[in-house]
Amino acid sequence: MNIEPIVNGVVIDHITAGQGMRLYELLGLDKLDCSVAVIKNAMGKRGLRKDIIKIDQEIDLDLDVIGYADPGVTVNFIKDGKVAEKRTIDMPEKLVDVIKCRNPRCITGTEQELRHIFILTDRKNKVYRCMYCETQA
Amino acid sequence: MKRSLIDIVDLSTQELDELIACAKDIMAHPEKYSEICHGKKLATLFFEPSTRTRMSFEAAMYELGGNVISMSSAASSSAAKGESVADTARVISCYADIIAMRHPKEGAALVAANNASVPVINAGDGGHCHPTQTLADLLTIDIQKGRFSGLTVGLCGDLKFGRTVHSLINALSRYEDVRFVLISPEELRLPDYVKTDVLEARGIAYEETADLEGAMPSLDILYMTRVQKERFFNEEDYLRLKDSYILTPAKLAGAKKDLAILHPLPRVNEISVAVDDDPRACYFKQVLCGKFMREALIIKLLKEAGTI
Repeated sequence: MNIEPIVNGVVIDHITAGQGMRLYELLGLDKLDCSVAVIKNAMGKRGLRKDIIKIDQEIDLDLDVIGYADPGVTVNFIKDGKVAEKRTIDMPEKLVDVIKCRNPRCITGTEQELRHIFILTDRKNKVYRCMYCETQA
Repeated sequence: MKRSLIDIVDLSTQELDELIACAKDIMAHPEKYSEICHGKKLATLFFEPSTRTRMSFEAAMYELGGNVISMSSAASSSAAKGESVADTARVISCYADIIAMRHPKEGAALVAANNASVPVINAGDGGHCHPTQTLADLLTIDIQKGRFSGLTVGLCGDLKFGRTVHSLINALSRYEDVRFVLISPEELRLPDYVKTDVLEARGIAYEETADLEGAMPSLDILYMTRVQKERFFNEEDYLRLKDSYILTPAKLAGAKKDLAILHPLPRVNEISVAVDDDPRACYFKQVLCGKFMREALIIKLLKEAGTI
């Protein structure tokens, strides 16, 4: 399968196989007008399947969303056909307005315009807790 | 610098020791502290029914020579008109030097603290935290036992929704060689996150059981709790579980002679009135301890804020 190389844009690589569409939705890429390719189950160099997203436009991505949803993903920022910056995205220490607290007793459910903030409390087990009520995400 | 108390772990063990020492000094020499908060105001914001905690805060502030401003009920407050917790905290900061707040929503005290310009004391935020009850518990245990290390602490009743239980476990598990016996019906067991994040993470020994009498002989402290109706969405579950444990003189037959029985109160029927005369019953002393620890806390936070 061939996808044209992009000149200016972003390539999200090394996405865990099967997670590409989830990231596409979480990042709100459906709202973009430019070309976006989601490649599922591509064969990586180490013989492992992976997903890739190619975005044919320079955009500001919420890297915290990527780090939360699939830590270890590589984001390549492409400028004039070359990789201008390459970043491996780890789990962020804090998530702001990425997910909502599911505890019906939490203040975030009723307080006006309160930001939904989650703190990484256990990196090994990927546990985030609501900053307000400590409910696990 | 302004500082608030939201969770008991906001205080280091050294600070807990200092608060206990201060509370004991207030108990011994109340006259030394009777004017320390002269001209200062405590606002008690209770958005949820409470008698003892609110009155304890108010009594504490009066004994320190300060004044109290309050709202009569949540129904008459601006919250009933739709005001946010953040706005309420900003507004009340203009009237008071320190705020004690109880709110049914978990995390409400943190929102208030983030927006108030004066210290905020969490007087209970739903089923989340109740740090000043833990301060009362700690002073009671200190007075009865003279130590925290090496104690076997039995926690009995509603360990799932009981915020006082979670806070006490958090506080005591920072001391050496403390062991917990978690006594509850299956449905009201301690949440997994408290077990993994606090007990197991700190290597604290604990066992879970439904058998109060079986656990009794090993206990140095027995912390009884009420099954709280307001924490249940389903009344059927509440009615089924509310009488799971009732402490009677007969059930204390196998207990140590120096056991200390604590309860955050109010009790409904989980401790028989017949136990009240037992010298091991400490729950009314605990109420007094709560007032003195609140005094010590008010002094600490006002001093740190540079208000006194």
